[in-house]
Amino acid sequence: MNITLQELTKRFPARGRKAKGETTAVDSLSFTIPDGMLVGLLGPSGCGKSTTLNMICGLETPTSGHIFFGEEDVTALPPELRGVGMVFQNYALYPHLTVMQNILFPLENLKGKARPTREQMRDRALEAARLVQIEDLLDRRPKELSGGQQQRVAIARALVKMPRVLLLDEPLSNLDARLRLQTREEICKIQKKTGITTLFVTHDQEEAMSISDRIVVMKEGVLMQQGAPQQVYDDPANLFVAKFLGTPPINVFEGEVKGGMLTLAGQKVLPVPGAPDRRVWAGVRPEGFVPAADGALTCELSRVEVLGRDVSIVCAHPACPAGTLRAILRSEHEVDPAAKQVSFALRPEKTFLFDRETEVRIPFAVPAPAGD
Amino acid sequence: MDRNSKKAWLYLLPSLILLGLFLVYPLIDVFVYSFEECFNFASQTYEGVGLYNYLYVLHDPYFLQAVENTFVLVIITVPVSTGLALLISTGLSSIQPLRNLFQTVYFLPYVTNTLAVGLVFMVLFQKTEYTDGLINLVIQLFGGESIDFINGPHWAKMFVLCFYTVWVVMPFKILVLTSALASVNPDYYKAARVDGTSRTRIFFRITLPMISPMLVYLVITGFIGAFKAYSDAVALFGTDLNAAGMNTIVGYVYDMLYGDSGGYPSYASAAAIILFVIVLTITCINLLVTRKQVRE
Repeated sequence: MNITLQELTKRFPARGRKAKGETTAVDSLSFTIPDGMLVGLLGPSGCGKSTTLNMICGLETPTSGHIFFGEEDVTALPPELRGVGMVFQNYALYPHLTVMQNILFPLENLKGKARPTREQMRDRALEAARLVQIEDLLDRRPKELSGGQQQRVAIARALVKMPRVLLLDEPLSNLDARLRLQTREEICKIQKKTGITTLFVTHDQEEAMSISDRIVVMKEGVLMQQGAPQQVYDDPANLFVAKFLGTPPINVFEGEVKGGMLTLAGQKVLPVPGAPDRRVWAGVRPEGFVPAADGALTCELSRVEVLGRDVSIVCAHPACPAGTLRAILRSEHEVDPAAKQVSFALRPEKTFLFDRETEVRIPFAVPAPAGD
Repeated sequence: MDRNSKKAWLYLLPSLILLGLFLVYPLIDVFVYSFEECFNFASQTYEGVGLYNYLYVLHDPYFLQAVENTFVLVIITVPVSTGLALLISTGLSSIQPLRNLFQTVYFLPYVTNTLAVGLVFMVLFQKTEYTDGLINLVIQLFGGESIDFINGPHWAKMFVLCFYTVWVVMPFKILVLTSALASVNPDYYKAARVDGTSRTRIFFRITLPMISPMLVYLVITGFIGAFKAYSDAVALFGTDLNAAGMNTIVGYVYDMLYGDSGGYPSYASAAAIILFVIVLTITCINLLVTRKQVRE
């Protein structure tokens, strides 16, 4: 079942006595979550992604716009009639109930024909517990569990109703780094096993990229770009998306296109056929630098960091407003740490141009790679 | 004793001296008094040691009346005031407009003088030659018979005392419960809403367990406070509580010491020790019962 958001808008009254008017948390957002996919809703904090999640879940009513589950318009439905399972950032497990009672809680709310018998409830709860591998912990209370275990209980509680959609709000942010890696794989596995359409919210691009089938990038309530993680990374629609995705982040230069040539601080660095003459931001991914003795981009070398498989080269360039730029090279490339200067050629497919004012991507013809 | 613990004792000394002088010593003294028979206050002499004081107190109809009154007061006011406070604070936390106004209104009795409030209650409930009092007018309006609540039958007086006590102790309970309700993480309610939990179920399965530590605290302090009731009765019925049949245990102790029939510190001590034993027993039972049910 697809989930479709159509021109979804949410405005909140401005807070504070003096403030007037409204703040727009989500601004005519439209996108579709294909059936059975794991989708990451990604953006910096305060970009409206949690509000979007709450609207899909039914905890917030949109100011305008529609939400469809399949063909059904659920915009006006209360949360319990939507068939959604939600995992809260702090898990919201009831501390006075055991794990089993927590998982049973949503089932015990069912009324009339939908209400299963006591045995059926137990069976379904056990099944959910088995799915997230917490069947040994059923008699414990939440505070006797680790963060990762609590998270699993919360997922089991969300899944036990057999929802049509699973929503996760910042599912990993309360876990420590090691658990985070493990848990995100776990979430991915559970999603694949159940095949349930899943949307999760995160501000961590690495988290979103690593497990999502698709990512949706938001900024200030507006959709920036959506697509498969690799595709969004390789083909960013604007400077924000380019800067937001990737660790280490993309290197941004102030540049100019003159006669089909990208010029950075007077150095003609890359032919960009098809790009019109104008002032641009030039973004180069850290892996977009190729060391070459006759490379067009000459930088002052500050530091070489050896990372084992890769080396990270930190250097300075006058066109770089951030001051330093970082290139990641395979460790076969020998760079003399004592050298004053280092020269690079740029890979055109790792270099993006954006309009200086609108920050929208300017396409240029990338020559077919001649083998690397 | 090493240097550090010597220092610690030194720091503790001022409070230990004060506590010992004004709390521990009087407690022991009361205990001793309660066993000294025929103690003479003027000559500070007594004639024997034994249980006579206790026997006397336990056979004194005034004391038995006081015990009965106190127990009725406790059994009625503690559940009623806690229940009402829970109802009001739940209501308060679910409204948005005028919430602060209502909170202030409900808290006002707490900062009002007991005797002044008692006077107002007396005016409201009393039936005199000149007027039937406001409450009686209301009762008559509904076709009932007017009753003198202040000088009339015992049950009417008890009703006023309970009414008054509930009214006086509720503000603090409302205050505590409103803040307890406000401290429940709203995510629990959101999660419950997503799961389609009914309002009653949310209240009994989520809200109530979450604030149960505070409820237990209120019930225990409520029991203790109600057992020690005295000024409320004085405010309503004057100082001669024995004559009004509205004495409480603490009132009996006071009367035995300073009242018109006073001057009997031995009897007063015995009564005080009995009250102490009752309160201690009830509190222990309370703790035992609730410890099983309340878990953090």
